[in-house]
Amino acid sequence: MLKFILRRIGASALVLLGASLLMYVLTINSGDPLKDLRESNVQNKQQLIDQRIALMRLDDPWYERYWDWLRGVGGCFTGNCDLGVTINGVDVLGLTQQAAVSTLRLITVSTVLAIIVGIALGILTAIRQYSGFDYSITFSAFLFFSLPVFWAATLLKEYAAIQYNNWIAVGQYAPWTIVIIAVVTGFLIQAVLGGSRRRRLVTAAAVFAFVTIMLFVFNALDWWRNPMFGIGGVLVVSAAAGVLVTALVAGLRNRRALYAAFTTVVVGIVAYLAFAPLLVNSPSWGLLAGLFVLAVLVSVGIGAAWGGYARKQSMLVTGITGVITSLMVFADLLIAHWASFLGVKSRPISTIGSQTPNFTGGFWEQVLDMATQILLPTILLTLVSVATHSRYTRSSMLETLNQDYVRTARSKGLSEREVIVKHAFRNALIPITTIVAFDFAALIGGAVITEQVFGWKGMGALFQDGLNAVDPAPVMAFFLVTGVAAVLMNLLADIAYAALDPRIRR
Amino acid sequence: MSDIRNSNPGGEDYEPQVSVASTDAIGLAAGGSAAPLPGEDKSYSQGQLVARRFFRHRAALSSMIVLGIIIIVAFTSIGIGPIPGWWPNSYTLQYDKIGDGAPTWQYPFGQDTGGKDYFALVMRGTQFSLIIAFAVGIISTVVGTLIGALAGFYRGWVESLLMRLTDVFIVIPLLVVAAVLGKTASGWGIWGLALVLGLVTWTSLARLVRGEVLSLRERDFVLAAQAVGTSPWRIISRHVLPNAVGVIIVSATLSISSAILLETSLSFLGFGVQPPDTSLGTLISEYQAAFTTRPWLFWWPGLMILAIALCVNFIGDGLRDAFDPRQNRSKD
Repeated sequence: MLKFILRRIGASALVLLGASLLMYVLTINSGDPLKDLRESNVQNKQQLIDQRIALMRLDDPWYERYWDWLRGVGGCFTGNCDLGVTINGVDVLGLTQQAAVSTLRLITVSTVLAIIVGIALGILTAIRQYSGFDYSITFSAFLFFSLPVFWAATLLKEYAAIQYNNWIAVGQYAPWTIVIIAVVTGFLIQAVLGGSRRRRLVTAAAVFAFVTIMLFVFNALDWWRNPMFGIGGVLVVSAAAGVLVTALVAGLRNRRALYAAFTTVVVGIVAYLAFAPLLVNSPSWGLLAGLFVLAVLVSVGIGAAWGGYARKQSMLVTGITGVITSLMVFADLLIAHWASFLGVKSRPISTIGSQTPNFTGGFWEQVLDMATQILLPTILLTLVSVATHSRYTRSSMLETLNQDYVRTARSKGLSEREVIVKHAFRNALIPITTIVAFDFAALIGGAVITEQVFGWKGMGALFQDGLNAVDPAPVMAFFLVTGVAAVLMNLLADIAYAALDPRIRR
Repeated sequence: MSDIRNSNPGGEDYEPQVSVASTDAIGLAAGGSAAPLPGEDKSYSQGQLVARRFFRHRAALSSMIVLGIIIIVAFTSIGIGPIPGWWPNSYTLQYDKIGDGAPTWQYPFGQDTGGKDYFALVMRGTQFSLIIAFAVGIISTVVGTLIGALAGFYRGWVESLLMRLTDVFIVIPLLVVAAVLGKTASGWGIWGLALVLGLVTWTSLARLVRGEVLSLRERDFVLAAQAVGTSPWRIISRHVLPNAVGVIIVSATLSISSAILLETSLSFLGFGVQPPDTSLGTLISEYQAAFTTRPWLFWWPGLMILAIALCVNFIGDGLRDAFDPRQNRSKD
C-alpha cells in the first residue's frame, strides 16, 4: 500500500513538473509584456521599458528564467520560498499566501458539500429510478451543468442576495409564502420517500402541517432575526442523526451500535456544556480544530468500547455521529451570535469580496461574516459539481445494482439496506472517486470565474491579472497552488480507490 | 464465442448485457410498459436500432428540434458573411431608441444602450459561439480519438508517452490552460481560438477511447484480423474504432456543450473572442453592468447559452442511451 502511494506521488510530481514547464512556456509566449509601456506616451518611456526588461529578465533565454523559477519553488522544501516578483516588483509569495487562503476555503467547502449532496442524490435517484423524483433531479442536473457560471453568478447576486437582505430587515414570512414553502417541502419529501399513494399522501400532509406550524411559530418568535437553537436543539438533531446513521450503516437491529451512537451524542452534549465558557469567551480556529479532532477520537473510542460483534461498524457509526454532533454544536454557537451579527451588519449577504472590509466584531461574528460572504460562490460551485456527481453516482449505482452479486445478495435474504449500502454502493464508489478527483480541476476553473464575478481578491484575480500583463510569476503561483491541490486530491482519490478495490494494491 | 457470430463492425451483441430481470432486481418495476420487442418480427441493423432508440428518447428528440431551430435562426436571420438574412435590422446600425430600449415588436430582444438591435447582436454572438463550439468538438474528437486509439492499441512506450502527456494536460485546470492559449490566439480570429481550444479539450475522450481500445484489442476479431496479416492502421480504423463509435459520438456531443461553456467563460474573462468579433460570453461581460437598468441585455445571451448547452447535453444523453442501453428500462 505504501509502495503504491509512493509510486503515485512520484508519478504526480513528474507530471506536475512537466505541466509547470508547459504553463511557463505558454504564459511567456502569450503576449507582449511591454505592450502597455510601448503604447504609453510618458517622457521616460525608454527608461521604463529598460527597467522592466531588467526586472523580468526578458533578455535571458526562457529556460534560464524557468530554471530560476523552479529553483525558487524548490526552496520551499528547505523553508525559503521564492516565487519571484510581479511585473510591478511585488513579492508573489506574500500575494499568494493571502489569496490562497480564501480560494482554497471556497474550493474545499464546495468540494465537500458537492461530494456529500451529489452522492446522496445519486443514490436516491438510482434507487428510485424513473420516479418523478428521479426525473426532476435528472432535469435539474442537466440544467446545472449547462449553466454558464458567470451568468448564474450575476443572477444569484442580484436576486438571492439582495432579496434576502431586503427580507431579513423585516424577517417575517407572509402567510401565503409559508403555505407555498410547506407545499413544496411536503411534495419533495413524499417524492423522496415514496411508497404507496396512501403513504405518500400521509407523508406529504404530515410534512405540510409540521412546516406550516414551525414557520408560524418562528414568525411569532421573530426567530429569523433572533434565532435560537440551544442545547435541546443540538440534542434532538444529533440524536436523530445518530439514529439515521445507525440505520444506514449498521441497521437498527444492531442495538449496540444504536446505544453507542446515543452515548456519543450524550457525551458530546456534556462536553459542549463543559467547554461552552471557553468556546464563547476565547474561541480560536486552533481551539475549534483541536476540539473537533478530540471529539472524533472520543466518538470512535466510544464505538470501540461498545464494540459488540461488529466493532468496526460501531466505530464508523459513532465516528460519523460525533462529526455531526460537533457540527451541530458549531451551528448552535453560530446561530446564537446571528442577532448580534445582524446588529453589526444589517445587510448580511454581501456580493463583493471574501470578507467585509473593516469588519469589527467578536470571533463568532467574524466567522458569520466569512460564512455569509462565501455563501453565494459556494452555492454556485456546489450546484455545478453536484450535477456531475449525482449523475455519475446514479449511473454507477445502476450499473452495480444490475450485477449478479447484488441479485445473489438479495436472494440470500439480506435486507435492502445491506444490499444497497454494502454490496451496491461500495462498489459504485470505485468509479466515483476518480470522477470526484477529476472534477476538482473543473472546480478550480469555476472558482476563477466566480471570484471574478464576486470581486474576490483570490487566486483567480492573481491569475487573471498576471495573464493580462503577460507576467509569469503570479500565473505560475496560481498554477502551483491549484496544481498541488489537484495532485493531492488525486492522491486522496487513489488511496480511497485502493482502499475500496483491493485489486489496485498490487 | 459470441464475437464470431457478430464479427461485423459495429455489431456488438447487446443481448447478454440487458437482463430481463434488471429492473425487477432493483425492486422498482416502475409500471413496466410492455413495449413490443423489435427483432421478433423484423430484424434491424445496428444503426437502425440506435436510431430507433434515439428517436424514442423524447427529451433528446425535442432538444434536437430546438437546437436545429436555434442554428437555423442564428444563421439565416442576419445572414452570414456576404449573404444577407431575412431579419430587417443590422447588428452594426444604431436605431432610434424606443423608450429605454426594452423589448418591443420591432426589436424583440430590445435595444442596447446605443440603440443597436439586440436580436441581431445576439444572433451574431450565437453564430460565433456555435461555430467555435462545433469546431472545437470536431478537433478535440479527432485528436482525442487518435491519441486514445494509438495509446490503447500499441501499448508500451507509445502508451506511456501519450498518457503522461494526457496527465500533464489534466493537471492544469482546463479553464486555465485554455485562457493562456486563448490569449495567445486572440489575434488569430475565431478559427484560431477554436483550434487552440480543440487542442486542449481532448483529454477525457483520449482516456475513454484508450480504455475502450484496450478491451477491444483483446477480442477475437482483432486476433483474426492480425492472423491474416491486416496492417495495424487498418485494424484500428476498420475493426477497433467502429466498435468504439458509441463512446466517441457521445463524448463528441458532450464536448460541444462543454466547448460552448468554455468559450463563453473565456470570452467573459476577456481571454476568448476579441472585438470586432463577438460571442455570447462577450455580450454578457459587455452588458453585465447594465443588469439593473436593462436586464434584457443580460438575460438573452445567457438564456441562449443555457438553451444550446442544455439541448446538446440532452442529445448526448439520448445518444448514450441509444448506444449503450444497459441502464434502460425497455429491452431493445
